[in-house]
Amino acid sequence: MADKPRIKLPKEAAKGEVIQIKTLVSHVMESGQRKDAQGKTIPRKIINKFACEFNGKPVFSCALEPAISANPYIQFDARIDEAGTFKFAWTDDDGSVITAEEKIALKA
Amino acid sequence: MKAINRRQAFALGGGFVMLTLMPMAADAEVTGDAAKWIEKFTGGKQPVKGKISLDLPEIAENGNTVPLSINIESPMTADSYVKDVMILADGNPNAGVATLSFTPLSGKAEASIRIRLATTQNVIAVAKMSDGSLFTEQKTVKVTIGGCGG
Repeated sequence: MADKPRIKLPKEAAKGEVIQIKTLVSHVMESGQRKDAQGKTIPRKIINKFACEFNGKPVFSCALEPAISANPYIQFDARIDEAGTFKFAWTDDDGSVITAEEKIALKA
Repeated sequence: MKAINRRQAFALGGGFVMLTLMPMAADAEVTGDAAKWIEKFTGGKQPVKGKISLDLPEIAENGNTVPLSINIESPMTADSYVKDVMILADGNPNAGVATLSFTPLSGKAEASIRIRLATTQNVIAVAKMSDGSLFTEQKTVKVTIGGCGG
């Protein structure tokens, strides 16, 4: 489960360009609806929040419910006005946070 | 022309029933759990249809991962952008699927996720713009294998 999240985005972009970011994190996303062999409900354990910021400013975030598939894949866009760093954070039900960072440069 | 046999006649009849039922299902009022979610999100205001394009498969073979893409018409400037988008599935044990929050830095109000659908049902999107206006769109997805265990 402690796999590194996979993030795909271009290394550089022109000023003002809108780029596409694809993210994928490994997680069971246990819905809390399923039952085990003994008929007991398996407790819910999902990523309930994802957030992306660029140079400290929020770009995109989402609140997730159990209806999100295992290994949540999230794709969104971002407008690049300056070079900088994207920060990504996935928050688990148990309070742990998976984080990642990606840098992007401006095209010369 | 060959005379139709019994099996084909049944298929034809089935097709007719589907045709007559389909438009009704598509325009049906949102009820139950999903309606409560929408009410909480909109604060009781009625969203209007439009601006959103919701891309989902018509038939999902596996309800465990159904690709969903959403795109909302908006200039995405500091004055006018899409703020929040709530996605609901009215046939799931919990109607809520996700709430996406955009900012002007998003550049485009566009996102893709993969969702779970328990049975054949409507997927509903409600978008809240920065000026407070509300838009909605919904699509029916047929699910062959449900995605919620159980």
